[in-house]
Amino acid sequence: MIAEIGHFALILAFLLALVQGILPMIGAARGEPALMATARPAAIVQFVLVAIAFLALGHAFVVSDFSVELVARHSHTLKPLLYKVTGVWANHEGSMVLWVLILTLFGAMIAGLGDNLPATLRARVLAVHGLVAAGFFAFILFTSNPFLRLAPAPVEGQGLNPLLQDPGLAFHPPFLYLGYVGFSISFSFAVAALIEGRVDPAWARWVRPWTLLAWCALTVGIALGSWWAYYELGWGGWWFWDPVENASFMPWLAGTALLHSAIVVEKRDALKGWTVLLAILTFGLALLGTFLVRSGVLTSVHAFATDPGRGVFILFLLVLIVGGALALYAIRAPGLRGGGLFAPISREGALVLNNLLLTTAAAVVLLGTLYPLILDALGGGKVSVGPPFFEATFVPVMVPLLVACTIGATLAWKRGDLSGVLSRLGIAAAVAVAATIAVAWSAGGGDLLAAFGLGLAAWLFVGALAELAARIGIFRLAPGAVLRRAAGLPRSAWGMTVAHAGLGIVVAGVTASSAWQTERILSMQPGDAAELAGYRLVFRGVAETAGPNYRAVTGRFELERGGRALAVLRPEKRSYPAEKSETTEAAIHTTWLADIYAVLGERASSGAWTARLYHNPLVPWIWIGAVVMAAGGAVSLTDRRLRVGAPRPARAGKAGEAGARRWRRGGAAPAGGGGGGAAGAGA
Amino acid sequence: MRAKRRRLAFVVCGMVTLGAAASLVLAAFEDSIVYFYSPSDVAEHTPPPDRRFRIGGIVVKDSVIRGADATTVRFRVTDTLNTIEVAYTGVLPDLFREGQGVVAEGQLDSAGRFRADEVLAKHDETYMPREVADALKESGRWRGAPGGGE
Repeated sequence: MIAEIGHFALILAFLLALVQGILPMIGAARGEPALMATARPAAIVQFVLVAIAFLALGHAFVVSDFSVELVARHSHTLKPLLYKVTGVWANHEGSMVLWVLILTLFGAMIAGLGDNLPATLRARVLAVHGLVAAGFFAFILFTSNPFLRLAPAPVEGQGLNPLLQDPGLAFHPPFLYLGYVGFSISFSFAVAALIEGRVDPAWARWVRPWTLLAWCALTVGIALGSWWAYYELGWGGWWFWDPVENASFMPWLAGTALLHSAIVVEKRDALKGWTVLLAILTFGLALLGTFLVRSGVLTSVHAFATDPGRGVFILFLLVLIVGGALALYAIRAPGLRGGGLFAPISREGALVLNNLLLTTAAAVVLLGTLYPLILDALGGGKVSVGPPFFEATFVPVMVPLLVACTIGATLAWKRGDLSGVLSRLGIAAAVAVAATIAVAWSAGGGDLLAAFGLGLAAWLFVGALAELAARIGIFRLAPGAVLRRAAGLPRSAWGMTVAHAGLGIVVAGVTASSAWQTERILSMQPGDAAELAGYRLVFRGVAETAGPNYRAVTGRFELERGGRALAVLRPEKRSYPAEKSETTEAAIHTTWLADIYAVLGERASSGAWTARLYHNPLVPWIWIGAVVMAAGGAVSLTDRRLRVGAPRPARAGKAGEAGARRWRRGGAAPAGGGGGGAAGAGA
Repeated sequence: MRAKRRRLAFVVCGMVTLGAAASLVLAAFEDSIVYFYSPSDVAEHTPPPDRRFRIGGIVVKDSVIRGADATTVRFRVTDTLNTIEVAYTGVLPDLFREGQGVVAEGQLDSAGRFRADEVLAKHDETYMPREVADALKESGRWRGAPGGGE
């Protein structure tokens, strides 16, 4: 009965979304307040209905109601409660319900908090939002109904893929979805602005917080996903340029560009047409990612929804939503007048460069991801495009961006003074060069690229701090004056500093872990010891252990350095009887400067065990840096100017993309990563 | 006039960036694309020994031989028409099973054996890699997907 209530609530929400998509649009066109006024209650009630549906589905999972087919296929009575709850979105149908839950939550927030939006703009934004939502409701109801019943109900469920029974992955999809869906708000604003025929700084002030919120969530989501891949897949790598990873990375790159170009619209009333286009493309890439992940068109994509009907439906939605918006753009964009030109050497000039490089990077990733599909469709054979391609193309595009990032952030608006900037950044440049030389020298002159990468990281980190120091007058003014200036600095300026410094931390982690990873694959008898990058690991054999819903063989490795015991590493091989599958749990000891990473392999007839041991220098910095970047975005979100008319950032609630059955692979091949910075700068 | 020249400067800058990116992409495609072959493809047109490629098929039952030190493994991969021998050093993925689909990346050695440095197995016991399914269909031995895949 509860499942039927959920199903019914979804149908009502679908109808309401249609109403919200049509009536306010007509009302705004005809100037009829009564019709426009339907948008706000429709958006709020829609959210309530989806929340009911979500709770109904959650209830079915928690009480293990196996008469619901979805629960029977993806749950099990022995599963820990946490994974019963997260199991709601660890599958295609449930994750779509979570998707629309977040979508309608954001719609309700615009409706509830949008008092100071012009009435027609609000009506149009909500109408566009309603149409997007209607598309997804139709998708759920017609191709992926989560509430289908199963008769007779099985006594026991089939369980959840053990790889997904993990906190890192359980909370990674909600963040990703907050990101994707957040970009749908920027999209709705962009389309509404095209219909209105007007884009102004006030519009940009409205769009920026949403973009920023989405960007923060996506940053955290991608970092969580990469962290999960790192410790759960057991191959010592953290980024594989897998199509699934690229699917989330492309909207991130485009969203980062959008974040920066919206600043130019807000401050200088320029780049309007471009910003609107970018908002459309960012959401388009998010949808494309969803299509790639769920249609099963790419190998090594999560075997998520291999139902071709679903793929066709999402492709249809993608063409309709993005194609429609682009057609509207083609008609209306020439009418968007820019607010004047600007000098190439200026903050806005630097932001144009940022946008150029970030979109180029997104295009490169897109090409690499889609190339196997295109070639196969043209009958050119089956190929795979792996890390070497992305390292050869993505990294060279990123390097100029990172070099320019620090300079651009220090330039003044309108007309910058390059020599003044360089003198302000003298310390950063000196530190960067010193770091490059020191690393190159200590590495014996080899690996110049890695030395350059670390120099770049120092340039970003110190450059961000130097810019802040110059601004608040450290070294120039009395401490009291410095404090007053620091307190008076807009939060968005703090946000920018934090985010760019975080980017520097990420670049350091990416460089060091890619360049200096040590991998050893050994066959070890109990009592054997292995040397690894100055550490010593002694294998003490294995023991049988048991968990709540699995059995495990646990190895014991004693980690020492210079004769001193540091830690005991206990990698596991788990076997889940309900799901009939096995997983490998890596054991990781982190010093924050490096990870010692051990994986237990197979047992040979001789009684020896295969062990895979890694020393990954600076690898934790990748995730620390990503969190710092997201924190920078969050600091920027608290800026008073950005709060004007904008809702406060929502706590990342429950959201979710689901499941990953991902290729296990041998041969870790971490690749360059990182991207643009974040956040806005105060005047 | 000034405005026009500035706009031109931005456009030229954009073109140069895109051009550079395009040449990077083309060069990288040339070097780093990895083709997928079935054992029959390999039997018909043997790729040169220095060429990296992927093979896929079913792991032949009872063909897995582990070396004494447990880190080297040999097995045979078949598309039911032809079979190729694969040697791999490292830890096999958890879902590597005899009688199930597998994809391996590497190159041929002088003896015509495939030296894999990467072995992929899908994390789902019922899944058949798409390439493997297509290759089996081509060889006319497809008996319908056991689930997933297609």
